[in-house]
Amino acid sequence: MPFNRRHLLGLEELAADEIQTILDTADTFKEISERPIKKVPALRGKTIANLFYEPSTRTRISFELAEKRLSADTVSFSKAGSSVSKGESLRDTVENIRAMKVDMVVMRHSSSGSHRYLANFLDASVINAGDGQHEHPTQGLLDMMTLRRHWGTLEGKHVTIIGDIMHSRVARSNIWGLTKMGAAVTVCGPSTMMPAEVEKLGDGGVRVEYDIRAAIAEADAINILRIQLERQKARLFPSMREYFEVFGVTPQVLEAAPAHCIVMHPGPMNRGVEIGQDVADGERAVILEQVTNGVAVRMAVLFLVAGGSFDAGAPEQP
Amino acid sequence: MIDWKDKREFWIAGAKIADPESERLRVGSVCVQRGTITDIVWQKSVETDLPVLDAERFVLAPGFIDIHAHLREPGYEEKETIETGSAAAAVGGYTSLVCMANTNPVIDDPSVVEYIACRAQQVGRCRIHVAGAVTKGLLGEIINEYYHLKRAGVVALSDDGSYVANSQVMRSALEYARLHALPVISHCEDSFLAQASQMNEGYTSTRLGLKGSPAAAEEIAVSRDLMLAQLTGGRLHVAHVSTAGAVDLIRRAKKKGVRVTAEATPHHLTLDDRLLESYDTSLKVNPPLRSVKDIDALRAGLLDGTIDCIATDHAPHNEIDKDVEFDEAPFGMIGLETAFAQLHTHLVSKGVVELLDLIRFMTLNPASVLGLPGGRIKKDEPADLVLIDTEEEWTLQKKLIRSRSKNTPLIGASFTGRVQGVFLEGKWQSALTADEKQGMKT
Repeated sequence: MPFNRRHLLGLEELAADEIQTILDTADTFKEISERPIKKVPALRGKTIANLFYEPSTRTRISFELAEKRLSADTVSFSKAGSSVSKGESLRDTVENIRAMKVDMVVMRHSSSGSHRYLANFLDASVINAGDGQHEHPTQGLLDMMTLRRHWGTLEGKHVTIIGDIMHSRVARSNIWGLTKMGAAVTVCGPSTMMPAEVEKLGDGGVRVEYDIRAAIAEADAINILRIQLERQKARLFPSMREYFEVFGVTPQVLEAAPAHCIVMHPGPMNRGVEIGQDVADGERAVILEQVTNGVAVRMAVLFLVAGGSFDAGAPEQP
Repeated sequence: MIDWKDKREFWIAGAKIADPESERLRVGSVCVQRGTITDIVWQKSVETDLPVLDAERFVLAPGFIDIHAHLREPGYEEKETIETGSAAAAVGGYTSLVCMANTNPVIDDPSVVEYIACRAQQVGRCRIHVAGAVTKGLLGEIINEYYHLKRAGVVALSDDGSYVANSQVMRSALEYARLHALPVISHCEDSFLAQASQMNEGYTSTRLGLKGSPAAAEEIAVSRDLMLAQLTGGRLHVAHVSTAGAVDLIRRAKKKGVRVTAEATPHHLTLDDRLLESYDTSLKVNPPLRSVKDIDALRAGLLDGTIDCIATDHAPHNEIDKDVEFDEAPFGMIGLETAFAQLHTHLVSKGVVELLDLIRFMTLNPASVLGLPGGRIKKDEPADLVLIDTEEEWTLQKKLIRSRSKNTPLIGASFTGRVQGVFLEGKWQSALTADEKQGMKT
């Protein structure tokens, strides 16, 4: 199915066919990232602005790499040292960028819904690199790409997401993406970090578990979310060490999961809090693979949003 | 041609007169002389030398009374002024309103009360009553000088915008206000539970990744205030009730004889939280838009008398403030100009509420809640009246909005029923702009 959207704001509004197209395209771009010359001219002449209002290493570099490998011209703005710190509003910052005739804006921002706000007044395409607690669609996509490459399909698979579900855009995007592609999702985490009516999220809902071993007993994959106690003004959990004892994923906890179960983490990791040292470095973890896939997924998203498409099997040659 | 609009003596003939006090909705004619209603006859036409306004197409009701509006003056004139707020009120059919105390300076000194009364008089487009702050500076610590405030003319006390979190202070407020026969209007919100919240807590807030305030945040506060009202014998009015649980608590308290009244806004009676998926900041209000179940309970409460009246909580914020990321936007929407149309369209036209009852919730009831004059069509009463075309279909365009701020989600919405204008002490103010057709005949 051709991908026909001007923006990528989230996975909730996508159809399964569209997600399929993105993942198939990403597989093609992964192959390109394995070549000695990792460049295709697909977005040559296009200008992409990366606006990162929240600190980011992984996602920002991943997008920048994706853009350069597609031959686009890129500029990156971060909050520190920019006019934002002088009090310029989001609207004005973006209007200024628009005046410079930018084709696409990739933004990460701490306000949920900020990308919808942008998309409402920009002609340029808006790609969501994370909006507050709402969605992080490219993360959801790269997680699905990773799982699909391991299993061949997402249909009928069980994925357990563990952590602070309430504040996690990664969780929300994963829930929407996975359930649309036919996977079953279980969410597990402290009761203080479970949002209201969470069981209704996703296509067909999710299972809610508070006991970590019960949550992973049938999991084909575990996605471990980063815990940020310091970020929350209302302390929803008493301490890091208590979190590790109750919800930390250690090799002992993993024994409750099936032998083939793989371990994912969006990064950056807090070793010894949500993920044990030995699990992070263990053979079931596919964390670095996720990072590699991230570049491919972002190439696919930028390519498709810009209107690109592949004829049956023939990507452009450099 | 007789230009009846500028005459101080005239008949309004043939309108369907809606007088909630006598429970009449009946064709009749009203004589207005020097600002007072001097005669009412239950006939379509009259024999007279005075100019006659043919109001056959219209409903004539007492001018609406809004007991909860934010006029923003003094201090926030970029959002609204007494002048622009009065103009907005008149367009909405209001001839009286009560303005809240969260101005700058706060209305906690007689001088501010007098300033507002003086400005309102100069503008002369709406009767403005003043609510004084419960506590100094709205800080919730020290009760204000209710004697002085009452002498300056306040009709009620409210820290609206804020909740008096300290129960001892609220107790003192209710007790001391009782001494001066002033009702205390409470904005019920547990500030800790509601902290940093953007909307109602529920499935929609979970989907949108926005922090929600649970219904319990309102109900806990309502509960506390009801108990304090019972303890002190004080007179409590619950502002902008929004949850089913709160309606229930108030219903039970009334049965027990607690001296409590309550209001609900047009938006809480018609708009639910699912609308927020657009992240439109004009939907961001406090208390937030709630669920469909809460709306149903509010409507039932209105019909059984638990909720006494409609109040708009008209809260102007200009574009600079609202045209930002959702969590940066302040809370509030304007409501004076659309209150009647919104409620007529969604409650009366849909058969949920009778027209006469809606008018009662907007006139007689708010007047009795705060002991204000008005709300009736009766001989010797001031001619504060509103003329309504209950069949006019219209759409709200941004350029029609008289308020200085345009923060309403109803731009582009269609209504059945439109206020044509008001008589304020017999003086006519049309709600229609010069461009629009005036359907009046003389």
